Amino acid sequence: MVQLLQQILNGLSLGSIYALIALGYTMVYGILKLINFAHGEVFMVGAYTGYYAAISLGIEHYGAASFPLLLALVVLLLAMAASALLGVTIELFAYRPVRSAPRLTPLITAIGVSLLLQNAAMLLFSPNPRPYPPILREVRFELGGVIVTNVKLTIFAVAIVLMLGLHWFIQRTWTGKAMRAVSVNLDAARLMGIDTNRIIRSTFAVGSALAAAGGILFGLDQIMVSPLMGVLTGLKAFVAAVLGGIGNIRGAVLGGLLIGLAEQLTAGYLSPDYRDAITFVILIVILILRPQGLLGVVRAEKV
Amino acid sequence: MDRRSLVSLIAALGLSVVASACKKVEPAAGTGSGSAGKPSAGEIVIGHYGSMTGNTAHFGQDTDKAARLAIEQLNAQGGVIGRKLRLVTLDTRGDGAEAANAVSRLIDVEKVHALFGEVASSLSLAGGRIAQRRQIPMVSPSSTNPKVTEVGDFIFRVCFIDPFQGKVMATFARQTLKLDKVAILKDVKNDYSIGLSDAFKVAFVAAGGAIPVEQSYSAGDTDFSAQITAIKGSGAQAIWVPGYYSEVGAIARTADRLGVKLPLLGGDGWDAPDLFKIGGQALTGSYFSNHFAPDTAAPKAQKFVADFKAKYAKEPTGLGALGYDGIWVLADAIKRAGSTEPKALRDALATTKDLEVVTGKITIDKNRNPEKSAVVLKIEDGKAKFAALVAP
Amino acid sequence: MRLARRLAVVVALGLTLYGVQLLLSGGVIEYVQRIILLAGINIILAVGLNLISGTTGQFSIGHAGFMAVGAYGAAFFGTQLAPGIAGALGAGAAADALTFNLALVIGAVLAGLAGLLVGAPSLRLRGDYLAVVTLGFGEIIRILFNNAQFLGAATGYFGDSPAGLPPYTNFFWVYAWAIAIVVMIRNLTFSQTGRSLSAIREDEIAAEAMATPTTRLKVLAFSLSAAAAGVAGGLFAHMQSGVRPEDFRFDKSIDMIVMIIIGGLGSISGAVVGGIFLAVSLELMRDLQQYRLVLYALLLIVIMLVRPAGLFGSRELSDVLRARFSRAPSAGSGVAK
Repeated sequence: MVQLLQQILNGLSLGSIYALIALGYTMVYGILKLINFAHGEVFMVGAYTGYYAAISLGIEHYGAASFPLLLALVVLLLAMAASALLGVTIELFAYRPVRSAPRLTPLITAIGVSLLLQNAAMLLFSPNPRPYPPILREVRFELGGVIVTNVKLTIFAVAIVLMLGLHWFIQRTWTGKAMRAVSVNLDAARLMGIDTNRIIRSTFAVGSALAAAGGILFGLDQIMVSPLMGVLTGLKAFVAAVLGGIGNIRGAVLGGLLIGLAEQLTAGYLSPDYRDAITFVILIVILILRPQGLLGVVRAEKV
Repeated sequence: MDRRSLVSLIAALGLSVVASACKKVEPAAGTGSGSAGKPSAGEIVIGHYGSMTGNTAHFGQDTDKAARLAIEQLNAQGGVIGRKLRLVTLDTRGDGAEAANAVSRLIDVEKVHALFGEVASSLSLAGGRIAQRRQIPMVSPSSTNPKVTEVGDFIFRVCFIDPFQGKVMATFARQTLKLDKVAILKDVKNDYSIGLSDAFKVAFVAAGGAIPVEQSYSAGDTDFSAQITAIKGSGAQAIWVPGYYSEVGAIARTADRLGVKLPLLGGDGWDAPDLFKIGGQALTGSYFSNHFAPDTAAPKAQKFVADFKAKYAKEPTGLGALGYDGIWVLADAIKRAGSTEPKALRDALATTKDLEVVTGKITIDKNRNPEKSAVVLKIEDGKAKFAALVAP
Repeated sequence: MRLARRLAVVVALGLTLYGVQLLLSGGVIEYVQRIILLAGINIILAVGLNLISGTTGQFSIGHAGFMAVGAYGAAFFGTQLAPGIAGALGAGAAADALTFNLALVIGAVLAGLAGLLVGAPSLRLRGDYLAVVTLGFGEIIRILFNNAQFLGAATGYFGDSPAGLPPYTNFFWVYAWAIAIVVMIRNLTFSQTGRSLSAIREDEIAAEAMATPTTRLKVLAFSLSAAAAGVAGGLFAHMQSGVRPEDFRFDKSIDMIVMIIIGGLGSISGAVVGGIFLAVSLELMRDLQQYRLVLYALLLIVIMLVRPAGLFGSRELSDVLRARFSRAPSAGSGVAK
């Protein structure tokens, strides 16, 4: 029983990170009907920005003492800003020019951008995995046999805060409302006077910022980061978005948590060898049985 | 419009091809590919194929650095049989097909007299088959899978093999650490890990020990909580983790985090400075087998460590030591053969006897493997310290 | 009369290939030979993938999985059959040839079956989703091979001897198979069935309305392209002396896509050119080691931005030449854009 609770806890914390990344996928797909393959790399860049930010803020001088919370927050904000900038840049140079092209073209462009970022990162950051600086010094405690760490709690806290923030943003601000309008029908929104380009940019920015937060949390939790960390994790987050219903924000959160749980439980009770495969199996099953996702709606295709 | 875009596409393609053909870009220092074309008269060309990029770049780069140090020192003494040595390095990117391409290019284009490589056994196998077919002697510095030298009589190595390494650690666990139950956590994506794991299992059980549970992970994984949790409940007194340093460090941390305070045991795949950076305090009290101890007292090894530090401003790893020794063994064989003629060189390599090198004394046995000792290192205070020397 | 002429062509081709084979093994260094072989294997991969992704418009980014199935299948069954065949025919070139080709066929059939299994459920999905599902299947196949103990798991499968799989692959076989496959696919593409495939690409719903059995045709094309990848895999395996799961990662699927994009999606000639280009340029770019993959990715993006049609668009070399050398505008074969 204790083991089950432990696996569930680990699964939910991993799932929260997937959820943060999935939100970016789902928002972009909602407005552009484009799978942003490069999103996993945005996540990776966020993690590395956090890494270098922490180092330049002198984390190595703290030794055994804790890194100040204020500086940790600065690191987080810097990473989110950097990723937002990257996301917007990608949109501007790689996606916008092909927005009106047949569906295949932006897909291939997205794959190209993803490959470019992965390999550029391997050149710049060296391909070896490296340990994440202890932006949060780990404190362990036991709750009835289950090991909980402050890192896990932080993941939940940050994820919840960001998701609530996103919810408030989408529902209560003008830009958020515009985003919702654009995702329903881009042309109609433009006719209503909405600057669709600006909204698309904002969507990329917000999604990328969330992914960056996910990146830092991932680094804190999993300790190891590498230039290719975005490939598999990004793919899993994408599956999470599809599972929940792509284009649906609540779906992305639900999907993320479910994928995290499935992965952890598979690793714990079936075999760790299949922890990655289970995500793909879920993808195939959901696309065959319920392609619109758990919370998605079926859209009739007009001929 | 259509014509213009076609032209620009062809231009882009042509440019990329021309850019590469120009060979103006010099790869990072230490991986110099040398110039293509005939070697200058009398030179002895050794072709090194290793992973200079990719996620085992560490291994190839360390080996290459040490090899270059050896070549430099040999050339400073006037070369071998009156000829200077030159090392040509090609990148395998950690890929089997690339390794085969690299070896074929080294033989056909660079016209090497001997091949040097690889670290990863599967890559040595890929390259070795070509070397054997073309009858060019090959010395692997660090491939520990027994199959590598089974490919043929032109393939040699200067490191111990996995069955021996597994036995060393199993014996150490049983006799020195007095352990009865050791859990296994191996990397299923890595044939080195699987081979070493099996060797340990066989030896440990034969010595009367038991393996209560066997778990696995894949290289690149970052989350090991599931496996550690399973090991926690198994009653094991230690964990055998014959993987590469990047995952081992993370495994140690996970174990520490989950309150599992068992010592970890491992093999030479642990050997990298990053191991301590990643594993931190969690690794204290763990042991691993290796080819040489950095705090060794042996004068030849000490000199090597000092020379390496002087040239590269960092301490060498076991792989570096083996890289150095591999070149030394080749040089010694060339000296004894008196030429670089492939069959003569092969025979000279096969008769290497009692050669004093950094990692001990090497005598090549009839399977073209060296008979030499292994060291067991203990990790304390973030460093690896000598714990025991085990002879074959 | 037609039959006799066709036979004559085949024999002439066979002799030419054999002649080139002798020339190469005598006069050209192994390193260059390898590149030529890889180019031939790429041609098979590209033309096969082009059938499903170019002509039929169903984008698949998991084809490396089918190449793996073909590679393992050919390697495994080749090893099993070799002693039997050598016993019957006596060890020698004839026995080797028979073993090798039989193994390749088995590998191709297995790959085709895998294509059927993957395609049947997946091909209901649209563009982006299909792409991701095929990616998923590609990875699952690789993970399965990685865990298959009897096939060597992560170490890989090297047949029975420590020297590895017999190096059956040579210029003759690679290009014989390449020519055969290109001819087969070309005939298919310009047949009635091929036109239906193009129709599916242009507007699936309209094709369906015209009573085209879209699902059946899509799955057929998918299986055929998987089988082609399987042949390529078998040829590749016997060049490498062994098959490792690591050789069939997502990167390989991406390689295949780049080949058909460069050449032009939907053009067979384009696929051939793209396949050759990739094999050659990757080796030429060796000195740009670290930058190689970055340039590669940049190339992909630039092509998409500047000329998504690739070199040939969806036209064939014959169309381009005809247009160049005749006054009257050419109607082009297949569906011209």
